[in-house]
Amino acid sequence: MITLNHYLMLGSILFVIGLFGALAKKNAIAVLMGIELMLNAVNINLAAFNRFLNPDKVVGLVFAIFVIVVAAVEVAVGLAIAINLYRQRLNTNVDEADWLKW
Amino acid sequence: MIQYAWLVPLFPALAFPVIIFVTRRLKTLSALVGIGAIAASFALSLGILWETLTFGVTMEKPVEYALNWLALPGAKEWALKIEAGVLVDPLSAVMLLVVTLVALLVEIYSVGYMHGDPGFSVFFGYLSLFSASMLGLVLANNFFMMFFFWELVGLCSYLLIGFYFHKPEAARASLKAFVVNRVADFGFMLGFFYLFLMFKTFNFRELAEALPHAPHMGLLAVAATLIFAGPIGKSAQFPLHVWLPDAMEGPTPVSALIHAATMVAAGVYLLARAFVLFASIPEVSLLVAYVGGFTALFAATIALAQRDIKRILAYSTMSQLGYMIMAMGVGSMTAGMFHLTTHAIFKALLFLGAGSVIHALHEQDIFRMGGLAKDMKITTGTFVLGALALAGIPPLAGFWSKDEILLAAYSNGYMGLYILGTVVAFLTSFYMFRLIFVAFFGKRRAGLHGHESPKCMTVPLIILGGLTVVAGFIGAPFVPHGFSSWVYFGEPHHLEPNYFVMATSTLVAILGIYLAWLIYGKEVISPEDLAQRWRGIYTVLYNKYYVDEAYLWFFRRVVLGLAEAFHWHDRHVVDGIFDGVGDTVRWSGYRLRYLHSGSLPVYALVFFAAVVVFVLWVATPVIGGIR
Amino acid sequence: MGSALTLVAFWVLFALIVASALAVVFLRNIVHSALYLVLSFIGVAGIYILLEAEFLAAVQVLVYVGAVSVLLIFGVMLTRRGNIRQSNLFNGFAPAAGVVSLALGVLIILALARTPAGPPFSTWPADTVGALAEAFLGPFVVPFEIAAILLLVGIIGAILIAREVKENK
Repeated sequence: MITLNHYLMLGSILFVIGLFGALAKKNAIAVLMGIELMLNAVNINLAAFNRFLNPDKVVGLVFAIFVIVVAAVEVAVGLAIAINLYRQRLNTNVDEADWLKW
Repeated sequence: MIQYAWLVPLFPALAFPVIIFVTRRLKTLSALVGIGAIAASFALSLGILWETLTFGVTMEKPVEYALNWLALPGAKEWALKIEAGVLVDPLSAVMLLVVTLVALLVEIYSVGYMHGDPGFSVFFGYLSLFSASMLGLVLANNFFMMFFFWELVGLCSYLLIGFYFHKPEAARASLKAFVVNRVADFGFMLGFFYLFLMFKTFNFRELAEALPHAPHMGLLAVAATLIFAGPIGKSAQFPLHVWLPDAMEGPTPVSALIHAATMVAAGVYLLARAFVLFASIPEVSLLVAYVGGFTALFAATIALAQRDIKRILAYSTMSQLGYMIMAMGVGSMTAGMFHLTTHAIFKALLFLGAGSVIHALHEQDIFRMGGLAKDMKITTGTFVLGALALAGIPPLAGFWSKDEILLAAYSNGYMGLYILGTVVAFLTSFYMFRLIFVAFFGKRRAGLHGHESPKCMTVPLIILGGLTVVAGFIGAPFVPHGFSSWVYFGEPHHLEPNYFVMATSTLVAILGIYLAWLIYGKEVISPEDLAQRWRGIYTVLYNKYYVDEAYLWFFRRVVLGLAEAFHWHDRHVVDGIFDGVGDTVRWSGYRLRYLHSGSLPVYALVFFAAVVVFVLWVATPVIGGIR
Repeated sequence: MGSALTLVAFWVLFALIVASALAVVFLRNIVHSALYLVLSFIGVAGIYILLEAEFLAAVQVLVYVGAVSVLLIFGVMLTRRGNIRQSNLFNGFAPAAGVVSLALGVLIILALARTPAGPPFSTWPADTVGALAEAFLGPFVVPFEIAAILLLVGIIGAILIAREVKENK
C-alpha cells in the first residue's frame, strides 16, 4: 500500500538533493537546476496532500500549477542574469560573484 | 492715617521706575522725584507714629491688615497661605520714622555729594528702590513677605555697593556682599519654612499665639538658630561679617544709609519681630547674646588698627550691631531697639561727615589727613558730636541707649557680657578719638587742605547733630512714657537707673578719649613706635584676623576641590558611559560587517542552517516520538 | 487501480527520480546534468499520473520538460567556456552544504517515520480539469490574473537583463 507518507518521503528526498545541488555547485546554471528539483519536490508534496487529505477540492493542484508558472518565470529571469554574469566575467561561478560585500 | 501705611513704601517704589524710565536724563528732576517721594513717606510716618501714640496702638494691640497673596487650599486648612500684609505697632512705627528720616537726609546730602557723577539719576533711583524695600520689610506682617523684602534690600545693596562698577574692587565687593548674604539667607529661609511646617503659618501674630503649644523644643531651637542665620549675615556678625568692610567701596551716602543706619539694622529688627521665638528658647538666646558680644569685641579690636576712615566706621558699625544683638540675646528687646534708633542717627551723622571729608580731600587714609578742624568747622563739629555720642558720653543719645544694654546685661545676670560690653565701650571711644585726633587735629600730614562742603551736605549734618543731642531723652530712665513703655516684649520695661553702671560706662569712655589724646593728640608715645613694638598684634588686627584669607583658602581648597572632583566625574564617568556605549556600538559594527562576505553560497547555507535549527526546534516532539 | 501495479510503478518511479536527481547534482558535465534533469521531470510527471492528477502531469511535461529544460540547455550553450567535462564542479562549501542538507533530510524523514500513516486513497472527482477550471475562474481568479501579469513582467525583465549593451564609440 502506497500511503501518503511514501509520497512525502519521495518529496523530501528530492528536496534535499535539490538543496544540496543549489548550495554546493559552482556553476550558476547548476544552482538553477537544483532549485528546479526543489520546486518539483514541493509540487509532489502538494499534489499528494491534496489527493489523500482533501479530495473534494482541487486546491493543491491549483497551487501546484501556480508553482510551475512561477518556476518558469524564475528560470527565465535567472538565466538572463546568468548570461549577463557570463558576459562580464566569462564564467558563471557563483563563488566568484561576491561584489555585494562590506 | 494708619490705614494708609501701605503707601509709605509705595511712594519710593513708584519713584524708582519714574526715575529710571522717565526722568533719567534730567538730573535735577530725578533728585526732586526721589526726595519728594521719601519726604512724603517721612510725613506719613510721622503721622502714623503720632496716631500710634495717641490712639493707644500697643505691642499687644497692633493694627494689622492683610490680603491673601497666594492661598492654596489643603485638606482641612490652608496648605499654603502667603499674605501681603501690614503690621503697625510702636516697633514698626518707630522703625518707619528712623528709616524715612535717615533716607530723606541722605538723599538731600547726595545732591551735593554725587554732583557731577554720570550716574546721578540712577543713584536716586536705586536709593528710592532701597527705601521702598526697607520700608516694606519694616511693615511686613509675616515671615514670607519680610523675606521677600529682605532679599530686595540685599539686591539694592549689591546695586549700590557696585555703583562705581568700572572699579574692579567695587564690583568684587558687591558680589561678595550678595554671596555672603545668600549663605545667610539660605539659613533664614530654611528656618522659617521649618516654622511653617510646624505651625502652618508665616504670620508673626499667629506664630506668637501658637508657640506656647509647641510640640518639640529641640526642633524649635533648630528653626530659631536657622532663622538667626539671617541677622548674622545681614547685620554683619561673626562669621558672616566679611562683606561689610568691603561694602565701603560704595559711595559714602550709601554707606551711611544702608550700611550704618538701616539695612544692617534689619537683622536686629527681625530679632525684635520674632522675639517671642527667641525668648522661649534660652539656649538660642544665649547663642545670640554671645555671637553679638563676641562680634562687638572682635570688630572693636580690628578698628584699632585701621587707616581708612570709612573702614574704621564700618567696623564700628559692626561692633555696635554686636551690642544690639547682644541686647536681644540677654532678653531686652527694648534696649536693642533703642540703641538701633540712636545708632542710626549718630552713625549716619558720622558717615555723612566722613563723606564730607572725602568729598573735599579725595583721600580716605586718615594718616594722610590732619588739621581739618581749621578748614571744615561744621563738619568737624558735627563729627566730634557724633563721636562723643558713639563713645557714650552723657547726655548725648548714645549714652542712654548703650547704658540700657549694659544695664540689661548686668541685671539679667550676664556678668561676663557686661564686662565685655564695658571693655568694648572703652575701645570704642579710643578708636573714634584716635580717628578724630589724627584726621581733624594736629599737623597736616600730606599737605592736604580741606574746604567746607556745600549747604545741601552740611545742613543734614547739622540736623543729625541736633537729633543726636536730644534723641536720647526719649528712652532715658527718668522720662515717663518713654521708649521703654511703648516698645517692649512681654511687659513694659522700667529699669531702675543704676548709677553704678552709668558711672562706670562714662568713666571708661572718658578714659578712652584721654588715652587717644595722649597717643595721637599730644603724642606722648609715637603711634609709629607703638605699632612697631606691638608689631605682631598690630599686623593681625590690621589684617582683620585673616578671616578673609581663611575663607579664600576654604573656597579654593574645599569648594573648588569638590567642584573639580565632580567635574572629573562628569567628564569621565558620566560622559564615559555614554561615549562608551556609542564606542561599543561602533566597534561592534566594525567587527560585524565582515558577515557580509558577498558570497552567495554562504548566504544560502546560513538560511538553510537556520531552517534546520527551526525544524529541529519545532519538530522535536514528533521526532522524539511524542504524538 | 491494481494495487500491485501501483506499488511497482511507484517504486520504479521513485528510483528513477532519485537516481536522476543524484546524477544532476553529482555529474561533472553540465550537459549531462541537464539531460538527467529532464529525466527526473518525466519521472515526476509519472508520479502525478499515479496520483490521478493527469492534467498536472500534462502541464508538467509541457512546461518543465518542454520549456524549462530547453531554456536551461540554451543557457548552458550560451555560457559555455573551457572544458565542458569540468563545467559543473563543486564549490568550496560543498561539505558544509552536505551537512546541512543531510541534517534537514534526516530530520524530515525521522519526523515522517514517526507520524502515523495517513488515510488511504479515496474517491476523487472524475473531472479534475473541470474542477481546476472552476477553481481558476472562481475563487482563484485573482491569482490567476496576477500570474499572467507575472509572466509578462518576467519576460520583459529577462529581455532587459540579457540585452546586449551597445558600446558608444
